[in-house]
Amino acid sequence: MRQLIILLAIFALIALTPLWLTSEFWLNAVLLTVYAALLGQAWNILAGFGGQFSFGHALFFGTGAYCVAVLQIQFGVNPWIGFVLGGLLGALVALAMGFLTFRYGLRGSYFALVTLAFAEVFRILSNSVSFTGAGEGILIPLDRQASQMQFTQLSSYFWLICAITLACFLTVWWLQNGRLGARMMAVRDNEEAAAAIGVNAMSVKLQAIALSGFFSGLAGVFYAQKFLYLDPSIAFGPAVSVESLLVAIVGGIGTLFGPLLGAAVLHIFAELVRHVIGDEPGLSMAVYGSILVIMVLFAPRGIAGIGRSVRSVLKGTGDAGR
Amino acid sequence: MLDVKALSKSFQGLQAVDNVTMKVAEGSIVSLIGPNGAGKTTCFALITGFHAPTSGTVHFDATDITNMKPHRIATRGMVRTFQIVQPFAGQTVRENIAVGAHLKIAGRRDALNKAQEIAAKVGLGAMLDQDAGDLTVAGRKRLEVARALATDPKLLLLDEVMAGLNPSEIRDIIPVIKLLRDEGVTIFLIEHVMQAVMSLSDHTFVLNQGKLIAEGAPAKVARDPQVIEAYLGKGMAKRMADQGAGSDA
Repeated sequence: MRQLIILLAIFALIALTPLWLTSEFWLNAVLLTVYAALLGQAWNILAGFGGQFSFGHALFFGTGAYCVAVLQIQFGVNPWIGFVLGGLLGALVALAMGFLTFRYGLRGSYFALVTLAFAEVFRILSNSVSFTGAGEGILIPLDRQASQMQFTQLSSYFWLICAITLACFLTVWWLQNGRLGARMMAVRDNEEAAAAIGVNAMSVKLQAIALSGFFSGLAGVFYAQKFLYLDPSIAFGPAVSVESLLVAIVGGIGTLFGPLLGAAVLHIFAELVRHVIGDEPGLSMAVYGSILVIMVLFAPRGIAGIGRSVRSVLKGTGDAGR
Repeated sequence: MLDVKALSKSFQGLQAVDNVTMKVAEGSIVSLIGPNGAGKTTCFALITGFHAPTSGTVHFDATDITNMKPHRIATRGMVRTFQIVQPFAGQTVRENIAVGAHLKIAGRRDALNKAQEIAAKVGLGAMLDQDAGDLTVAGRKRLEVARALATDPKLLLLDEVMAGLNPSEIRDIIPVIKLLRDEGVTIFLIEHVMQAVMSLSDHTFVLNQGKLIAEGAPAKVARDPQVIEAYLGKGMAKRMADQGAGSDA
């Protein structure tokens, strides 16, 4: 209950930002932080709770993004409907991939590699067929009306992403305090022992990946409507996959607030780096990579679990990880 | 309640379990003993669906459960524990047990309350909020039992819950198992600790090299020459009988 109150308070504070922050640049920076927290939390559902580390969350993100864009342009479907369908299609693709991989008991790095491969397959497919605009990408025509999910005010986008992200965080809070979440964590920690006491590991993992895919799909829809342009490498390229996992790992896997912390720290850090070194292409990736290595080596529980990591180092037990 | 017929399992030519037929009656405590590598744990794995048998059938409550998935079997009321304890490390004892309770209880609060109740019953009441990974061996064994018990099983399969415990810990856990039976849980256990087998079980099966070599009341089985030879080597039964006769005289 305490966590829920803290969560709602934090989101209330974030939602107030447009009322006092006048700089569009900084409001946009906060918006991107909240958006990154959504990506991270979606990934966290599958990895932190379900125990399955995906390296291809762009698959669900891109599916959502292309869903809303293609439906709008090719079929004239309203983007608000596309928004719901984008999330559902993300979940459906996630279920299909989950079914294929979990059925053969793929875990750990094998699962990660397969997710990466699936995302790549979708990238290449979207690059080759015409209804996605192929390599040229897809441009959503400018039509700034709320009914078209395009807003004249940045603050409207801001509140939209806050609402989606809050929904995702509430889902994780619910997982932490409910039967499904308990089963996910049991499967994460020991699949065999969980099965022995009646947990259907396959079904639990599928539910985890579907939820994860749903919220990643919604993030994709938001991206498409905010930037109004998509191409195969934006939608299905590794950048989104890396951002999703990095935010969650840096913040703290399997925790409610981890992805929010991770997003905040990474974005503040990225801005600082940009100020100091300038906007060199590829540099942010190099910096991200270094952070990831440092976090995994020295604080595997992320920022949210840094106290525990430090304690176990001091105790000299040496097992900073799980 | 449990009816195992002509169960066999071979792993690439190694006959781990060979034509084993066993029955467990409702409300009893039945034990399965035998030397190391006799196939006891494999038997449990076959019965609870973790391995598929090469041939033979398993019936539970008059339903054929051969080749059923472990979680389905657990849902029907037969739950096993693991010889090599498998706690959900990183979660508290309470959370560990609650996973079992969730089999029949949907609400989180109710499941956590049930976990507390079960923990008290097996003597883990003081460790509820401890990380399961930090428990001692004895604690982990109790946790295995607690987690299984939280599912409200009809039949509990305990795989060496006393191995690695010291004599006083064994003395503590025996009444727990008796209490469970008195509460209506049928118990089938694999055990090496003879003190426990003798004082607990109504009926004993002896397995050696995958084959059932004896069964009956534990006191009778312990005198069976074949059983003595399986444990102590060929010719031991005769020598013991001779010595016994000698000292009686």
